[in-house]
Amino acid sequence: MDINGLFSNFGELTTTGLTQGAIYALVALGYTLVYGVLRLINFAHSEVFITGAFFAVWTWQFVWGLNQDSTAGGLVAVAYLVSAMLVAAVASAVVASAVEVVAYRPLRKRNAPPLAFLITAIGASIVLSEAYAILTRRRPTGMPTLVSTEPLFHIGGVPISAADLLIVSAALVMMIVLDIFINRSRIGRGIRAVAQDANTAALMGINKDRIILLVFLTGGLMAGIAGVLFNVRIGVLTYSVGFLMGIKAFTAAVLGGIGNLRGALLGGLLLGVTENYASGLFGTNWKDFTAFAVLVVLLMFRPTGLLGESLRGVRA
Amino acid sequence: MTALVARIRAGREAIGVRWRQAPRWTRWTVIAAIIAFFYALPNKEFYQYLGPIPTTGSNFGQVLFTISIYVLLAVGLNIVVGYAGLLDLGYFGFFAVGAYTVAVLTSPASDLKTQWPWLMALPVALVVAMISGVLLGMPTLRLRGDYLAIVTLGFAEMIRLAATSSEFLKGQRGFNQIPHPPGRYADGRPVFGVLDPRPYYWLVLTLIILVLIAVRNLSNSRVGRAWVAIREDEDAAQLMGVPTFKFKLWAFAAGAVIGGLAGALFAGKQNFVNSQNFELLNSIIILAAVIFGGSGNLVGAIVGGGLVAYLIERFRGVELFGWELYEFRFMFFGAVLIIMMIFRPQGLIPNRRRAAEFADRRREVTVGQ
Amino acid sequence: MVSDTARGVGHPQAAEAAAADPREPLLEVDHVTLRFGGVVALDEVSFTIHKGEILGLIGPNGAGKTTCFNAITGIYRPTQGEIRFRGVRITGKKRHHITRMGIARTFQNIRLFPEMTALENVQVGADAHHKTSVLSAMLRLPRHWREEREGREKAERLLEFVGIRDRMHDMARNLSYGEQRRLEIARALATDPQLLCLDEPAAGFTPAEKEELLQLIRRIRDLGVTVLLVEHDMKLVMGVTDRVVVLEFGKKIAEGPPAEVRQDPRVIAAYLGVPDDAA
Repeated sequence: MDINGLFSNFGELTTTGLTQGAIYALVALGYTLVYGVLRLINFAHSEVFITGAFFAVWTWQFVWGLNQDSTAGGLVAVAYLVSAMLVAAVASAVVASAVEVVAYRPLRKRNAPPLAFLITAIGASIVLSEAYAILTRRRPTGMPTLVSTEPLFHIGGVPISAADLLIVSAALVMMIVLDIFINRSRIGRGIRAVAQDANTAALMGINKDRIILLVFLTGGLMAGIAGVLFNVRIGVLTYSVGFLMGIKAFTAAVLGGIGNLRGALLGGLLLGVTENYASGLFGTNWKDFTAFAVLVVLLMFRPTGLLGESLRGVRA
Repeated sequence: MTALVARIRAGREAIGVRWRQAPRWTRWTVIAAIIAFFYALPNKEFYQYLGPIPTTGSNFGQVLFTISIYVLLAVGLNIVVGYAGLLDLGYFGFFAVGAYTVAVLTSPASDLKTQWPWLMALPVALVVAMISGVLLGMPTLRLRGDYLAIVTLGFAEMIRLAATSSEFLKGQRGFNQIPHPPGRYADGRPVFGVLDPRPYYWLVLTLIILVLIAVRNLSNSRVGRAWVAIREDEDAAQLMGVPTFKFKLWAFAAGAVIGGLAGALFAGKQNFVNSQNFELLNSIIILAAVIFGGSGNLVGAIVGGGLVAYLIERFRGVELFGWELYEFRFMFFGAVLIIMMIFRPQGLIPNRRRAAEFADRRREVTVGQ
Repeated sequence: MVSDTARGVGHPQAAEAAAADPREPLLEVDHVTLRFGGVVALDEVSFTIHKGEILGLIGPNGAGKTTCFNAITGIYRPTQGEIRFRGVRITGKKRHHITRMGIARTFQNIRLFPEMTALENVQVGADAHHKTSVLSAMLRLPRHWREEREGREKAERLLEFVGIRDRMHDMARNLSYGEQRRLEIARALATDPQLLCLDEPAAGFTPAEKEELLQLIRRIRDLGVTVLLVEHDMKLVMGVTDRVVVLEFGKKIAEGPPAEVRQDPRVIAAYLGVPDDAA
C-alpha cells in the first residue's frame, strides 16, 4: 500500500477522478432514469454509451476524413466536436429506443416476471457489444486529437487541461438541463407521475408507453454525449470498454441512490474520485477492482445509496 | 406457424406422459441405453456412423469433453437459478475458484511449493468452492432479484480482476504443468495422458451421473420442496416454517461445489490455468444454456448445456459469407436470450410447472397496457 | 375422544392441550402499536387469546385486522408493545421460528404454492418440524425415509380431515376456490400449530360452503387447536366464535362474547359508518 503515492499525487488524482466521474455521472443518468420509471436495471445501457462513442469516431473518420494523427483547434475543432455530439446523441438515443421497443416492451405486454427483463437486457447488451466487436475486429480504434489534454493552467500545482474543463462543464450543463426538464416541464411531470404510480398516471391520460420511450431516449442522449467526452479523454476506443463503463456508471447510480437524478451526479463524482485514490494507494491495476468492490459492498450493505430512501418498512 | 408449434408441443407432452406411465423396467432400460450411448460416443468406430454430428473442425473426443464440462456447469447453475430461483450472473467464478485452487496446490509454478497430486487437490478445491459459495451467499441472499444478480456479477469480476493483478495468482502468466488425474494402464502408460481426451470425458461423464443422482435425491425430498416453495412464494414458505435463508444458502453452496468440480476437472486436463480462462461471458453462456433448456428442469439443463456447447464447437471452422461463424457465437446466444424471453420463457423442455406459471401471468395483464 | 382425534391427525401437543385449562392465556397482544410512516395502523391494541377458544377479530374495512394478524405472525414488527406466545416474547423473531413455535396462518388472498400438488403443499407444512438435513436427504439416510413417510401420511390424513383427499395429486392451481381455501388450512395444520390464524377464510363462499367451514373450524378446535379468526361475515362470526375483539381505526373498541358485542353501541356505530358532517 503506497500511502506516499496517494498523498503526493492527491491533487491530480482528484482532478482525474472528477473528470472521469463526470462521465460516469452522465451515463449513470440513463440507469437511474430507467430504474426510476420501470424498476428495471437496463443492462444494455452500457452499449448505448459505446454506440455514441463509436458513432463519434466514425463521424470524424468518415464524414470529416480525420484519422488518429490529425489534430485541429479553435473553431474547426468545435465544429468537429459539435457534429460528433449530435450524431452520437442521436445514434445512442436510437439504439436505446430500439432496445426498449424490441426487447422490453414485448415483455411488458406479456407481464413477464422481473427476472425475464434482466435476462433480456443481458442478451441485448451482448448482441450489441459483439456487433461492435465484430465490426472493429476486436481491435482498438484511434481518433483525432481535437481537445488538448495538455495542462492549460495549474491550480495549486495541479494541472488542469482543456479536456478536463470541457468534460466537466459539458456534464454539468447536461445535468442542469435535464434537471430543469424533469422538474419544470410538462413532459417531465409526466415522467415523474409514471415513476411514482404508472397505473394512476395512465388513468390520468398519460401515455405510458410514450413516456417510457422518452425516458430511454433521454438516457440515450446523455450517454451519447458521454461517449464523445470519453473519446476526448481517452483518445482510443475498444469495444470492451462499454461493459466496464456500464458497471461503473451503474455503481455510480446506486451510490447516489438509484432513481435519484442528483444522486447520479454525486455518485459519479464520488466513484471517480474513490477509484483514483485507490489506484494511487494500490497501483493502477486495482482501479477497476475498486469500482467492483464499491458496487458489491454498496449492494450488500446499503443498496439505497446516499440519497435514496430507506427501503426498510416494518419488516421483521 | 402456430399450428406447427402447437403440434410440436403436443407431441412433446405426449412423450412426457408416455414416459411417466411406462413401467419401471422400460424406463431403466431406456436410461441405460442412453448412458451406454454417451460412453461409446467418443470412439471413432462408433461415431463415424453419426454423419454430420461429429465435429470435423476439431477432435471429437476433445469436443465431447468440453460439452460435458458445460453440462456439468449447467446442472450446477440449474440448482441455483432453476430450483431456488436465484439469478447468479457470476456462476463461472466458482469454476475459477476450483481451477485456481487445484493450480495453486499442484503446479510447480505456484508460490506454495506444495506440488500435490491432482487427486489430493480435488477435495480441497471442492471445499474451497463451497466455502466461497457460502461466503458470497451469506451477505447477498437477503437481496432479491436484480440486485442479487448484479452483486454476483460484481463478485465474479472481482475474482477475475484479482487473479489478473495479483502476484500470487499469476495473472496472465498463469500456472502450468498442473498434473493430470492419476491412474495407469497395465502396460504402465498413464490413463490420463496428453493425447487422448477420452478418459477425461469418461471421468466427467461418470461424475455427471453421480451429480445427477445426488441432485435428483435432493429434488425429491424436503430440500427440493423447500426450494420450489421459496421460488414460488418465499414469504408464504417462511410462514409455513421453511427456513428460507438456510436453503437458499445450500442451493448456492451446492451450485458452487459443482462449479468448482468442473473447474478442477478442467485444470486437470488442460494443465494450464490463467486469468483469461474466466471471462464473464462464460457465465452468461451457461445461463443461456440453463434457460434454453428450461430452468428448474434437470433434463432441460442437460440438454441446454449440451446443445449450447455443441453449437459453439460446431461453429468452429465453419464459414458463412466469408465470416467465421465462431466469431458470432456470443452474439448468437445473446440473441437467443432475448428471443427465449419473449416467446418461450420456460425454455425448450416443457416443465409443467413453469409453462403454467407463465400462461397465468399472460392472462393477468391489465387492460390498457 | 378428542385426544384420539388429535393424535389421529398427528397432533400430539394438541391432544394434551385439549385437556388443559381453557382459561390459560396462549397469545398475549400487549399494547401493540404499529406505524407505517405517518399512518398509525394499530394503536395500543391489547387482547389475550386463551387456549382452546375460538376468538374472532372483526371491524370495518381498514380497521387493522390484517395488520394485527401480520404482526402476530411475524410479518410486521410492532413499533411499540409486545406479543407473547405461551409466555415467550415473539415480537422480532424470525417468521419460520414463530411458525415452529406453534403459530400457523392462512391468507386472505390464498397463497398456495401453485405449481405443487395439493399433497406437496401440505407436505411443505409437515416439513416444518422435520430434522432431515440436506446431506441426509442427498444420501437417502434412514431419517429421510422415515420423515418422508410420516410427512406423507400426515399430509394425507389432513387432506382427508379438510375433505379434499381425492384431489391429492392435482396441482394446487387446478383446485376449485373452495378446495384451495381448505388446502390452505390443511397446510397450516400440518405445521402442528397450537394457534391457527385464519384470515377471512370464508371470503367468496356460498352460504352452504360457509356452513361447512363453520363445522370445519369446530372440528379444528376439537383437535385442541386454538383459533384466531378474522372475518367479515357476521353470521359466521356469531355462529362459531367464543369471544370477539372489535377494532376500528387501529384501536380496540370492544371485546367479549359475540352476542354482547353485537349490541354494543360503539360497534354498531363503527359498522354503520360515517357521521353526516364528515361526508
